[in-house]
Amino acid sequence: MTVVQAPRRDDRPSAVPPRPTFRHRLSKWDVKYSPYAYIAPFFVVFGLVGLFPLLYTAYVSLYDWEIGDDDPPFVGFENYVQLFGDGQFWNAVGNTLSIFVLSSGPQVVIAVLLAALLNTRLRGPTGWRVGILLPYAASLVAIGIIFANLFGNQYGLLNSILEAFGLDRVDWQAGTLSSHVAIATMVNWRWTGYNALIVLAAMQAIPKEINEAAVVDGAGPVRRFVSVTLPLLRPTLIFVVITSTIGGLQIFTEPKLFDVGQGSNNGGSSNQFQTVTLYMYQQGFENFDLGYASAIAWMLFLLIVVIALVNFLITRRLASTEGGRR
Amino acid sequence: MLATTALLAGACGTSGSGEPADSGGPIELTIATFGEFGYERLLEEYEAAHPNIKVTERKSGKAGPHHQNLIAKLGAGSGLADIEAVEEGHLSNVLDKASRFNDLSQIGPADAGADRWLPWKFEMGKSKDGKLIGYGTDSGPLAMCYRKDLLEAANMPSDPQSVKPLFATWESYFQAGQEYVQASGGKPWFDSAAQNFNAMVNQQEVGYLDREDKLTLDNNPGIKRSWDQVTAAVTQGQSAKLTAFSNEWNSGFKEGAFATKACPAWMIGVIKEQSGVENRGKWAVTDAFPGGGGNWGGSYLTVPTQSQHPKEAAELAAWLTAPAQQLKAFQAKGTFPSQTEALASPELAAQTEPFFAGDPKTGELFAAQARKIAKPQYKGPGDGQIQENVSTPALQAVEQGTSAAQGWQQLVDGAKKIVG
Repeated sequence: MTVVQAPRRDDRPSAVPPRPTFRHRLSKWDVKYSPYAYIAPFFVVFGLVGLFPLLYTAYVSLYDWEIGDDDPPFVGFENYVQLFGDGQFWNAVGNTLSIFVLSSGPQVVIAVLLAALLNTRLRGPTGWRVGILLPYAASLVAIGIIFANLFGNQYGLLNSILEAFGLDRVDWQAGTLSSHVAIATMVNWRWTGYNALIVLAAMQAIPKEINEAAVVDGAGPVRRFVSVTLPLLRPTLIFVVITSTIGGLQIFTEPKLFDVGQGSNNGGSSNQFQTVTLYMYQQGFENFDLGYASAIAWMLFLLIVVIALVNFLITRRLASTEGGRR
Repeated sequence: MLATTALLAGACGTSGSGEPADSGGPIELTIATFGEFGYERLLEEYEAAHPNIKVTERKSGKAGPHHQNLIAKLGAGSGLADIEAVEEGHLSNVLDKASRFNDLSQIGPADAGADRWLPWKFEMGKSKDGKLIGYGTDSGPLAMCYRKDLLEAANMPSDPQSVKPLFATWESYFQAGQEYVQASGGKPWFDSAAQNFNAMVNQQEVGYLDREDKLTLDNNPGIKRSWDQVTAAVTQGQSAKLTAFSNEWNSGFKEGAFATKACPAWMIGVIKEQSGVENRGKWAVTDAFPGGGGNWGGSYLTVPTQSQHPKEAAELAAWLTAPAQQLKAFQAKGTFPSQTEALASPELAAQTEPFFAGDPKTGELFAAQARKIAKPQYKGPGDGQIQENVSTPALQAVEQGTSAAQGWQQLVDGAKKIVG
């Protein structure tokens, strides 16, 4: 914006001659319109791969559209009406929210604490930072297979450990809560380090003087963390929370790979860990019911928007009562 | 957003290679398969014998994605290979869209007639209106595999001749299972309920759907009786509760977690691979299966109407499914033939399996089992989904503690959702 305005102000006083030359006008246009051309590729790409699919999905969701249909009949909002009465859909919504809370909650807290640790004086800081990012770099499919093995009912490592301590083995896949915990563990293992690095970058951008002033005022490390660091991290925390909301509600690979049935989209024997995305995929590409799957996709989209908004408001509140207003 | 994009990509299904049909140059044929069909050498051989034809094989690893791609591109109207392989479990979805496939009895060569295949195999490749949609490739005749050492330890008969009465009917099979559980101190008899239940349902005269494509579960005493038998066995502790093809199931083979296993011909290779050398000689196989015989698995070659060269494609498909070629594919990758002539061949009869106790003649044994299969069961659209997404999970739920009655309700409700 400043780039656009600066030359114009320079021009005004010298614009006394009545006829601006063509060159002059060209450079004026250049200043005025070129920035739009420069950022246009993003909007074109976004329109093609973001906006268009979104709208097209909405269009498909109004039809009883099966793969291979030549002439899908228009049904209006029937898919949505059906969806509201579909117990399996609400079960999937419940599972998704449960897994989301179990994963995103601990994830953000641990990420901030990890970042605080990494922000202290450590030997070989780069090594530690790369270390916490490693789970993120590993292949998601490999992680899924390893965790499915760890949480195996009869030959899983975790159950062997539980037994070694004289505890009862847990059938991780069978129970609702136990399967959600297992899947959330998978998600946390992968994403905590990634979020920690983002928070760390924000922490290092906090001016040293503020912290030093707090030290001079006699604030201890905990007090400094709560009253200085956290409020200044607010924008970053909002970003982290919103991205993990989007990712968490779209969770797909982890529950799919956690299912003992190979390639199953059921999310367990009684859909106990079937997420919305899994259900959408099952409707679309296993039952070939594209219209219904599109309706699910749109409901998921709206759900994400609502929850991201709620999270945004909560995060802003929380961080500001801690000292932002002072 | 990601989700919607993925959905769209599938919906649009951008067309793949659409080579123009020119008359002058060599004809290019594509064949799309999954897993291992054993066609690599055969296709080279075919090209050598037909200089004007060039064949490209598109292989995909797993059956699931292959068939998803098949149905999506069938819908899109382009992008399919000239020959598309279809697995038995997905066949009903393909037969349901018969108008998009060529009738092979019309365009195929004369020697690929009904007498080439086992009658049930041939019949299954036909659509409801009698069009021949697919040439049968391999098959999966069922026999029973069992752990000789475990049966011996439980003081039960263990050689292939004397176990036959145990595996004569499902009643005797589950009866023996109950005895085994008691004699072995609570060890499971079979790997999972779903593995047996699927075979039992396939043996019924009428399956999940009748010929009018109506769901039969409310009035199909055969299926309900099978359900009751299997779930009773689960409550007696006969099931090892290992979902087939899961990691735990694989480990189960090494650990000797179960004593018997429903065993289609291709399962021999799976048992060998998963049990490992340390269990060599412990497994045995006998030519008996509860309730007679049955088939599990096997594929068909189809020629979609999208093909630019349907006649040439049908010729290649007919050649690939001829007895001589099917025997070579069997030797290459163990795909068991479904052709009467191949089943009678001395080469097949001589095939033995040294990993198993007593070095059994598996070729001869499975050929005999294949002939025991009587009539094909009609499988309507959605049959495979009911089996994979409803009945298997419902039985898994019973194994995890749900009551048999509740599990049955889960099966009925789920099936209604798919068919209704």
